[in-house]
Amino acid sequence: MSALPRAADLGLISCHVCGLVCRAAADDAGRDGEVACPRCGSVLHRRKPASYARTWALLIAAFLMYIPANVLPIMRTASLNDIDDNTILSGVVELWVKGSPDLAVIVFTASIVVPMLKFLVMAVLLISSRFRSNWALPQRAKLFRLVELIGYWSMLDVFVVALLTALVRFNLLSLVEPLPGVIFFGLTVVLTMLASMSFDPRLIWDGRDTND
Amino acid sequence: MAPALNKAGDSRGSAPSRQICENPQIAPSGQGIECMGKTSPEALLICEYCDTVYRRRTLTRGEVAHCLCCQAVLERHHGLSVNAMLALVMTAMVVFVQANVWPIVTLGLNGQYSSATLWGTIIQMWQQQAQVVSVLAAATLFFFPLFKMMSLGWLLWFARQGRRAPGFVRIMVTLHYIGPWTMSEVFVLGALVAIVKARIYFDVVADPGIYAYAVLTLLITIFASVDLRLLWDVTTPETAI
Repeated sequence: MSALPRAADLGLISCHVCGLVCRAAADDAGRDGEVACPRCGSVLHRRKPASYARTWALLIAAFLMYIPANVLPIMRTASLNDIDDNTILSGVVELWVKGSPDLAVIVFTASIVVPMLKFLVMAVLLISSRFRSNWALPQRAKLFRLVELIGYWSMLDVFVVALLTALVRFNLLSLVEPLPGVIFFGLTVVLTMLASMSFDPRLIWDGRDTND
Repeated sequence: MAPALNKAGDSRGSAPSRQICENPQIAPSGQGIECMGKTSPEALLICEYCDTVYRRRTLTRGEVAHCLCCQAVLERHHGLSVNAMLALVMTAMVVFVQANVWPIVTLGLNGQYSSATLWGTIIQMWQQQAQVVSVLAAATLFFFPLFKMMSLGWLLWFARQGRRAPGFVRIMVTLHYIGPWTMSEVFVLGALVAIVKARIYFDVVADPGIYAYAVLTLLITIFASVDLRLLWDVTTPETAI
């Protein structure tokens, strides 16, 4: 038994939605009855229901979407005599070469590093928590919070394409059109956000008691 | 056993936040934790990230309570009063109207000019066969932020007198779920990137909309440190609800 008491050991549940501390009315097996929070009416859970299955499903779906998001072009720039299709990566390169390298770094971080980091971190968390690993607990907890915090910044590229599409409307001279890649990318971001939301970070600590 | 008071301010580098956690060494049947009823719903605090139980302590100005187990923020001192928050929400509403009415940026090419507003962008994406993106942008940049501001204004207006607004519970639950889905600050950065990209080929004139968005981002940042759950504590339910 570790020094710090945990809610599950004390028979307490904190409501996911409003944070109210409730005495667990569920039985000892850890099964929650359909007990509603007395304050906000949401169903109380010790852990988010089916956290592993949901997170894996959403993460895999997000990864599948991420492939066309990178392979397919996200934006077409058409002018009088040439048509230029940009993928996420070529957009970053263009920004680096012609515009400003500092913004290229930001876009690269938001569109490539953050999604990849999310896939990697979520997979590591899912696997290590499943095996009730005691390895690097505080660091893993911190990684999860990082992923939660930065996840939605990946939307950056989607908004860039949307704004450029609306702005560059010079009929024959110059036009910007969105291409299917941007749709897949938008879906990737939404799915990874849903995945990190359905992961219950308390699962990271659930294996701890075995060793200390 | 006396609860241990842990002050470990210097253990985490130069961060101004201090760890102020009181950890109750309580047995499951200890007194003072009858939280299911009305006795003391605020007496205990459970870390959302690792399920560790703490006895709540009043924080003084600038104090932040961190979990001893996983270092997550448990609670912050609420520097903003309900009135101050209401004022900020109203400011945000005014700025939000500006951000939506004015064009964000204007491009020029050979004497032709083209400008875009947020809704122009959303409609354009719909017409260009990117309906998914259009719906995402409309939700995260318009409808969710709008709902957030309107409902916060409504709740805070009643909270000034310590009352719960009609529909309080339902609105609080909805606010909890749409919380992570407002992305105005990402849009500002996106606009910046779009401007830099466009500058390669066009003349770019920044319009009032982008400034309104910049102010909105500032207000969002202030609000990010406010835990809306405090509204549960500063209001008391009326029998009529």
